[in-house]
Amino acid sequence: MDYSQFLVMKQEIGLLIVFLIVFLCDTFMSRRSQGAIGIISCIFFAAFTILGFIPPILNPGDAFSGMYNSAPVVINIKNILNVGVLIVMIQALRWADKDMVRVRRGEFYELLLVTLFGMYLMISARHFLLFVIGLETASLPLAAMVAFDKHRYESREAAVKYILTAVFSSAIFMMGLSFVYALAGTLYFDGIAMALWIDGVNVLLAVALAFVIAGIGFKLSLVPFHLWTADVYQGAPTPVTSYLSVISKGAAAFAFLVILWEVFGEAYPQIWEWMLYGLIILTITIGNLFAIRQKNMKRFLAFSSISQAGYIMLGIIAFNGMGLAALLFYILVYIFSNLAAFGVIGAIENASGKVWMDDYNGLYKTNPRLAFTMMLAMFSLAGIPPFAGFFSKFFIFTSAINQGSIAIYILVLIALINTIISLYYYLLVVKAMFIKQDECVIAPFKSACSERFALWICVAGILALGVVSCVYNHFLDISVA
Amino acid sequence: MNTTIAIFILAIPLFMFLLLGLCGKKMSHPLAGILGTCGMGAVLVLSYITAFTYFFSGSPEFITEAGERLQVVVFNQTWLQFTDTLIIKLGFLLDPISAMMLIVIPTISFMVHLYSLGYMRDHHGVYEHGFQRFYAFLSLFSFSMLGLVVATNIFQMYIFWELVGASSYLLIGFYYKKPSAVSASKKAFIVTRFADLGFLIGILILSFYTGTFDFMQLTSTPVEGAQNIFHVSADTAMGVKEWIAANPAPTFMGASVLTWALVLIFMGGMGKSAMMPLHIWLPDAMEGPTPVSALIHAATMVVAGVYLVARLFPLYIMEEAALNFITVVGAVTAFYAAMVACTQVDIKRVLAFSTISQIAFMMVSLGVARPDFHHGIGYMASMFHLFTHAMFKALLFLGAGALIHAIGSNDYTAMHGLRKYMPITHITFLIGCLAIAGIIPFAGFFSKDEILTACFGNSVVWYVIMSCVAGLTAFYMFRLYYLIFWWKEHKIHDPHHTPHDQPWTMTLPLVILAAISCVAGFVPFGNLVTWNGEPMFDHANFWTNLVHLDWGVAGISLGVSVIGIALATVMYRKENPLPDKLSNALPTLWDWCYHRFYWDELYMFVTHKIIFNCISRPIAWFDRHIIDGAMDGLAYVTNKASYAIKGLQSGKVQMYVWIYLIGALLLGLITGLCLM
Repeated sequence: MDYSQFLVMKQEIGLLIVFLIVFLCDTFMSRRSQGAIGIISCIFFAAFTILGFIPPILNPGDAFSGMYNSAPVVINIKNILNVGVLIVMIQALRWADKDMVRVRRGEFYELLLVTLFGMYLMISARHFLLFVIGLETASLPLAAMVAFDKHRYESREAAVKYILTAVFSSAIFMMGLSFVYALAGTLYFDGIAMALWIDGVNVLLAVALAFVIAGIGFKLSLVPFHLWTADVYQGAPTPVTSYLSVISKGAAAFAFLVILWEVFGEAYPQIWEWMLYGLIILTITIGNLFAIRQKNMKRFLAFSSISQAGYIMLGIIAFNGMGLAALLFYILVYIFSNLAAFGVIGAIENASGKVWMDDYNGLYKTNPRLAFTMMLAMFSLAGIPPFAGFFSKFFIFTSAINQGSIAIYILVLIALINTIISLYYYLLVVKAMFIKQDECVIAPFKSACSERFALWICVAGILALGVVSCVYNHFLDISVA
Repeated sequence: MNTTIAIFILAIPLFMFLLLGLCGKKMSHPLAGILGTCGMGAVLVLSYITAFTYFFSGSPEFITEAGERLQVVVFNQTWLQFTDTLIIKLGFLLDPISAMMLIVIPTISFMVHLYSLGYMRDHHGVYEHGFQRFYAFLSLFSFSMLGLVVATNIFQMYIFWELVGASSYLLIGFYYKKPSAVSASKKAFIVTRFADLGFLIGILILSFYTGTFDFMQLTSTPVEGAQNIFHVSADTAMGVKEWIAANPAPTFMGASVLTWALVLIFMGGMGKSAMMPLHIWLPDAMEGPTPVSALIHAATMVVAGVYLVARLFPLYIMEEAALNFITVVGAVTAFYAAMVACTQVDIKRVLAFSTISQIAFMMVSLGVARPDFHHGIGYMASMFHLFTHAMFKALLFLGAGALIHAIGSNDYTAMHGLRKYMPITHITFLIGCLAIAGIIPFAGFFSKDEILTACFGNSVVWYVIMSCVAGLTAFYMFRLYYLIFWWKEHKIHDPHHTPHDQPWTMTLPLVILAAISCVAGFVPFGNLVTWNGEPMFDHANFWTNLVHLDWGVAGISLGVSVIGIALATVMYRKENPLPDKLSNALPTLWDWCYHRFYWDELYMFVTHKIIFNCISRPIAWFDRHIIDGAMDGLAYVTNKASYAIKGLQSGKVQMYVWIYLIGALLLGLITGLCLM
């Protein structure tokens, strides 16, 4: 065996080292100095994130006889996720310091790193065995994270709902995989693609693909596999919700793209283009329709994130190089925008315990900076120029249009109409904060240093990604190559 | 060429804008002002280094052994790449005219920064409201203007062109509580935006047929064996003509596509440079603070149109029709503005019309320039006049600012006889007037003489018209001068509030600009800035311009100016009834000039009566009933649908899983059935 191929896995190895450091600190540090565990995790993870941007030593490529892949695109998506995870970790510092969770805060960071490791495997896997291991590693610890506020009834309930649906979706997914195995006789991605190329598509493949898409659709919360989302997002602690909504979703979206393009690319025009077509319309529309009537901020963002997932799928259905670049860019922008929103929600929840939209009335009067940040986040999510969200939507729509068929034009049109609807409910939040100033529910407060720092990063991202074009150009370079 | 310096020239003002814009409110007033001024000072030093290196280092990068000056691309980064061919770059182009602008802009800008430290506070030393915002906007303007002149491609130029327009808008409307300032800023923005529409269409036509935005590909060719170095000559732009000839380029209304593109691009220049009939915004723009008028609406932004034509000059010389159009527009504007300036009573309006007239001079000069006459002397003269005009017009505006600051009114009927109270302002203002009137040896004499020579070389008609305008210029400037500083003596009502000279921050820029106006005419421009970079004289020194004078032309123009001044002296030096008699003798002409030939009324009529009624109303109806109706319908349907499906989210996990399973099965079944 050639041990040098472990070097291709430098990001997984790095992540494991960070995990071990956090774990050892958590285990052996004295009770009194345990408060530092969050900071330690953040610092080491930040270092690891920066290291990720250094070009790889070995030529990136396959390892372990093709089970594992580390192409430049893969490294890039991992870097994107790292940035998001870092922001989540910083945002969680204040929450992790609260009375009920402080004794267990090390566990939170460990669980988080483990799920990230699982997502890495999902992204890099080029064999379904490895993929399933990654999927489960990413799913199961998340249930523990959702239940982290175990003193709260909602948190426990959310965890139960999450684990039940997750297990069910895994079962469906494996069922689909077994069909695929029956058809192709192998679980290697390229092997299956080869078999499909030789045999062509058939009905069994359609059923298998439906199950596979349903399995991953659970993670992405595509409609109709989304029903767990709102309850879980609402019940889970806010840092966990933000982690679920951006990181977990981003990783799953990329893995979804790899599976559909590389494994089932042959079945694109006959099968999964139409499956995705229907799912996208359903996801965007139903996500929007539900988001309109939400009063709880976290529930509101849950439905917003469902419809955002629909937009991300447009990059996959485009099935061209630009779609990949647009998807990466969308995930990056979505990370900044959504984490900014969750950052504000988290800060307000930590300071005053308020989570309802009516509580945000007159926020501009009492906490103008938070209100501004929230407004930026909402504008970016709604896709208003010149903020980053506009460009990510623009690129993803353009990539879909480049696919060229009339059906896709109609799809983009539907998506565009939905952006108008989404503008309405995003602006509801802005309206509450800026216009309804008669009663100010939330008293002025000073948010924690860590929360402010994380929000600054998000704001910088929202503003800069709208102006600086080199990021998207870089994605385009690597994904067309 | 040093890339770092080039980047800093653009980065410092941008940084200052961000710093003062974001943190200005937390700073004390003087700190913000001093920071802005120091930033501009740094830019001044760096730009001087760049420009002087370019002109005088003699490095083979910048000048060939034969003495031809070259275009150097200091850097050129891709900013947006849409396709392989559609690329928008941001870069820094150094050539004679951009190097010249690198002297003009920071000089004037720095003077204005310094001057505003004194101007933007009242007599008790209290700073004006929004002082920091003022400096932030000044920095933004300087950044945009510098970015405009060093643009390597026409799209970058367009972007900065709009930024310049935006900062001009912000600064005209600086006193946003004054309704007249607000409406003036809107007017300026809308009129120039309208012109920019033509500019944009011109850019699109040009780039559609040539496939490029780059000036280096449009107007010049690379020098062999050197990277990023280009040269301009009569043949270099021919490639564009060949492209257009090779493609099946249509002609439209009897003119070629290239002519149309160039005329449309010139339309953008007409808006920015206030050529007729798009000049109406500039007089109103005087509502802004006076230093702003000096910087933006006299010396730098308004010459952007001239600069644009000069930048694309190799293209323009291929299309005589476009050049002739420019000449006609310029000559008409010059004459019109000079007539109007003779009758205005607001000191800044007089200067504004004078600016319009002088910029029109530059336009005419470009319009009559032909490479076969004296190495295209018109081009050189235009740039020369741009340079000298920037200096003396900024001087005049800053002087006017000092007067307004002292008196508290723009109307010169409130000023009369100020020479005893404000001696420094008086002398510097007189120098400015002499320079613009074209009296030897002040700066304006030399540049105006070159322009008249160029006109003479093209056609006697232009020569005669422009000479008349020169005479009018001398007349109205000295009318202004006498009415402010002489006429009848003022009785000082309150001995504590006598008008007096200003603090040193305001005096110093006046003195420096006056000194420059005295000597700028001796700069041997013919050897520094020509359209193809080739020097006009073998040896150049301080006396070159004087030695090479064409005394036939110069003598006549000097004579005309002296006559204009003499007339003004007779009529306005002492209080007398001559002016009233004259205006009563020509009532119609006086009335038309006084009301600026009713252009504003014409525009009001066209916009309010015709456009609003015939176009806007139907559109508004369509918007209200059709578009809003569709949106309301969408909202209604959305709301109903949202209400109808809310039962789906029941909170029961069993049902969630059921729906999940049914969804997956349906997905498989439907596609499976379709496949069969």
